[in-house]
Amino acid sequence: MTALLDVRNLHTHFRTGAGLVRAVDGVSYTVDAGETVAIVGESGSGKSVGAMSILRLIPDPPGRIVEGQILFGGRDLLGLSAEEMRAVRGGEIGMVFQEPMTSLNPVLTIGRQMTETLQQHRGADRATADRRALELLSLVGIADPKRRLGQYPHQLSGGMRQRIMIAIALTCEPRLIIADEPTTALDVTIQAQILELMTGLTRRLNVALVIITHNLGVVARYASRVNVMYAGRIVESGPAADLYHDPRHPYTIALLRSVPRLDRPRQARLDPVEGQPPDLTRLDGGCAFRPRCRFAVAACAEARPPLEPAGASGHQSACFRRNELSAAQAAA
Amino acid sequence: MTAVTDDLPVRRRSWLAASLRFARRQPLGTFGLVIVVIAAIAGLSAEWIAPYSPTANDFAAMTEPPSAAHWLGTDQFGRDLLSRIVYGARTALIIGFVSAFVGGFLGLVLGVASAYFGGWIDDVLQRVMDILMAFPLIIMALAVVAIFGTGVQNVIAAITVPLVPRCARVVRSSALSIREVPYIDAARTSGFSHARIILRHMVPNVVAPFLIMLTAFVGQAILAEASLSYLGLGVQEPTPAWGLMLQGGAEEYASTAPWIAIFPGLAIALTVFGFSLFGDALRDAIDPKMRER
Repeated sequence: MTALLDVRNLHTHFRTGAGLVRAVDGVSYTVDAGETVAIVGESGSGKSVGAMSILRLIPDPPGRIVEGQILFGGRDLLGLSAEEMRAVRGGEIGMVFQEPMTSLNPVLTIGRQMTETLQQHRGADRATADRRALELLSLVGIADPKRRLGQYPHQLSGGMRQRIMIAIALTCEPRLIIADEPTTALDVTIQAQILELMTGLTRRLNVALVIITHNLGVVARYASRVNVMYAGRIVESGPAADLYHDPRHPYTIALLRSVPRLDRPRQARLDPVEGQPPDLTRLDGGCAFRPRCRFAVAACAEARPPLEPAGASGHQSACFRRNELSAAQAAA
Repeated sequence: MTAVTDDLPVRRRSWLAASLRFARRQPLGTFGLVIVVIAAIAGLSAEWIAPYSPTANDFAAMTEPPSAAHWLGTDQFGRDLLSRIVYGARTALIIGFVSAFVGGFLGLVLGVASAYFGGWIDDVLQRVMDILMAFPLIIMALAVVAIFGTGVQNVIAAITVPLVPRCARVVRSSALSIREVPYIDAARTSGFSHARIILRHMVPNVVAPFLIMLTAFVGQAILAEASLSYLGLGVQEPTPAWGLMLQGGAEEYASTAPWIAIFPGLAIALTVFGFSLFGDALRDAIDPKMRER
């Protein structure tokens, strides 16, 4: 089966006053139809830029996609005209943003914002669009949808607004939804609800979901595959379970140690990831994680390690010591 | 799946209640509004209000002081001043509103577009606006009149041109902050066209500062029209216009028949004052920071 989304060797660069920032520096991954894939990384690792590159919404200047292919359903999105690209955005690929507070336009009613997408992409008339909006609001679990359609964003709570964002993303029955930190701005109790809702709906409607997050808890529970990004590259990639139980990259190991887990003793100390995220304008030829890595060796300064198979099938890591890490970790 | 039922309280106020609230909070603004409304009524129903024709000469009653027959007196051609002021309100408001709205709307679209596109489009537009802004409003208007000639349409054009950059600049600064808000990105990810995002998603968000500016523009445009007419570069006789009346009376009759200049001067001053007061009050009423809770 060919993948729904096939990102190949994507490079997105920003020209800034401080120099060239390779925000996305040769990223490749695939997403199958109906699959949930997580992209994990800290702030500035390029995960959001990568997502916006898929929709070709990188502000230019200063940003530019300089190399690569983004095959979506077999078509290269980078080769489409502006007109064709607009049909893809909102039509075939939906997007859910981090901030439900500011992702809805305060001066337009919920109903207008929901029906607008449908009218834009399907040329639907008002009545049809209204019916679809009602249907979607019920689908995302909003009570009394009729009344909600006439309300403005400030009259709704954060959780409800995020539900509405999801409804808008689903409006035109897209094949892929990209969710950029969809739960970061929500209360912890609401986070779980929203994630359940998103994964439940995408599974039911056979929509592929890319969740961009820095929350490993989210990943563990909902994603089937995980890509860990660091300094613009994917450093580890594989099935979620493998990645958790047998991490093969020091960064992933560090991330996993920095969050509390129920299967560890309660008194166990959390280890933060030491050091600072790298300055992307000043990367040398070596591994970008080397300055913060507990397992670094001389070879790490020589070249950036490529992503290569490690452990179980489908599991890849960009670390020279990927095959000794389990033992090294046990020793540490 | 659980249904979400939480709700935030909503306060709805009727239009009347909102108006009364405005009147109580903004007495000066209400005073300005009253002046504006009086001028508007005068301009709209001049035929019924004016006791005489604004262009009829009564050579038996030239430079008459205010009296029972001519409340505000007559000018050097025996024309009734009150009638001319009432008709002059029409000229002033037509020119004021048309220039302010056309100039304001062009400025609104250019300002938002400039902020939305950014980059070189923004740079080019803003430099053009800078050049236009380098000239005081009245000088710019004089230049336009010098090119196209006098007459009502040309005066409107002459006043519209310098208003555009003034509006565009203010609107752009509000729009810049909105450009960075995620809902504009969200609109882009929904595949909307640039025109749609600008007009439907950004423009409504800058309407508050825009409306306030618009009221100020009407006052400025009325003043500019009066100035141009006073200089003989605006509306031409026999069309009744306040600036023209001022010119007719100010020089020769300043000491012998001062009412010829005083009343149109008062009309200009009061109307412009009225628009300014109303605009200020509108800003205070709309600005949530100025609003007491």
